Amino acid sequence: MNGRDANWGANSTRGRAASHDRAVELRDRDAELLEELLAGSHRALARVITKIEERTPGYRGIVSTLYDHAGDAAVIGVTGAPGAGKSTLVDKLAAAYRERGDTVGVVAVDPSSPYTGGAVLGDRIRMASNVGDMDVFFRSMSARGQLGGLSTATADAVTALDAFGKDVVMIETVGAGQSEVDVVRTADTVAVLVQPESGDDVQTLKAGILEIGDVFVVNKADMDGAERTLAELEEMVHRREGPTAGLDAGHHGVGVPNDPNDDGSEGEEDDERDASVDDAVDAWTPAVLATVAETGDGIDELIGAFDAHGEFLRESGELSETRRRRYAEEIRTLVRADVGALASEAIERRGGIEALAARVEHKEADPYGLAAEIVDPIAACLEDLEPGDT
Amino acid sequence: MSVEGTERTVRCLVAKVGLDGHDRGAHVIARAFRDAGFEVVYSGLHRAPEDIVQAAVQEDVDVLGISILSGAHNTLVPKVIEGLEEYGAFEDTLILVGGIVPDDDVKELKELGVAEVFGPGTPMKETIEFVRNNVPERE
Repeated sequence: MNGRDANWGANSTRGRAASHDRAVELRDRDAELLEELLAGSHRALARVITKIEERTPGYRGIVSTLYDHAGDAAVIGVTGAPGAGKSTLVDKLAAAYRERGDTVGVVAVDPSSPYTGGAVLGDRIRMASNVGDMDVFFRSMSARGQLGGLSTATADAVTALDAFGKDVVMIETVGAGQSEVDVVRTADTVAVLVQPESGDDVQTLKAGILEIGDVFVVNKADMDGAERTLAELEEMVHRREGPTAGLDAGHHGVGVPNDPNDDGSEGEEDDERDASVDDAVDAWTPAVLATVAETGDGIDELIGAFDAHGEFLRESGELSETRRRRYAEEIRTLVRADVGALASEAIERRGGIEALAARVEHKEADPYGLAAEIVDPIAACLEDLEPGDT
Repeated sequence: MSVEGTERTVRCLVAKVGLDGHDRGAHVIARAFRDAGFEVVYSGLHRAPEDIVQAAVQEDVDVLGISILSGAHNTLVPKVIEGLEEYGAFEDTLILVGGIVPDDDVKELKELGVAEVFGPGTPMKETIEFVRNNVPERE
């Protein structure tokens, strides 16, 4: 471990290491590791994910190269409140995918202790249906306090599993807080799990996590109140379709996810498609499904809904749009982090944040002036660039 | 990477292998490791050696702590080690065994590649210190 401490120090004092950290060249030893990964070595895949998670210097070169080999996997996010049964459901989904011959990757994100950085990652216990099956690659990740980096790290890990050749990659995360929402948004298809008899939860869901759901699942549907929760969700999903939805002659049946485009197909010949109706015609109506993960009830239907959504994404052109949106977000996150690192470096050069704060306290400067002092040179560099310069 | 990024996060797998159903000790260890700042993956009860190998490889752990109270360590531990070797994961995994192990067996386990055997009553501090001092280096 000592041998790596140097790297760690460099990584933490972002300033010093910034220029190295950004390097996207593939290091020789990493090239070997990548070759092993692409050849099917589980150990190499696991090690690459560790490097991604740890932001080990050189990891960017690895991820850059992985991009060339990724893009074929169906990426499915599963989120929901603690206790909703995510892990058990993911386990059963993985087994069902395996049964039809798909290989599966799972990234399970667990919150870590904010005090010690430690964590007990317990989702693996629930992977009972797939123990011993190496074609289900299950990886626990902790939500370490990275600067908006959790979603990037997760997306990169998914890219690794995708490049390794997994047909389906599932991301499992607690649906609480913005960072978790960001994580699950890196998926193509998002399933939101809801517990029965959680009327309050449905209310809370409306606050944000609702917008991200492509499929809503009432798990533990053998419990009291499941019917009501299903009805509430269906009502909510319909309301979400918006005012233009009514113009759409037929109504997509909720719970019939197999033909999301059914009534839209007739409209495609019409010229009126460039009107705002367009959105309604092409929109996906989220499916609302009931499952009992413990017994496996509803799992096949759920996979059917995922498949239908995947097909909808491909046929409507939404897939490239979804992915473009995701890439845009990734670029933004990376650029922000990198520019932030440059700014930290500039702060260090001026004696560090403590010294600057002390200057404000002694009335020698003010925060705005200091910020301008630090950022102006960066802005000047940008202005000096001719358009098209890189 | 921890928030401060000064130290690499140590990843551990706490594994219950074999038929005994006592995992209080494993829980205590898992929590102590977490409080020490480690990331701990817990396997759950009644795992077969190949399950442990799968978890250790996929989770890319630095430390594998095997808790065995059934007395079957002489058959189970070698299988785990063989499996790790098969996936090229033996060399840089620190293998610990916890449980009641006779002295003769301790010697044998160590020859196989187990780094240390911790018997009942071992202070948690000692175990954590041992992990900190012996975590395998990575390039």
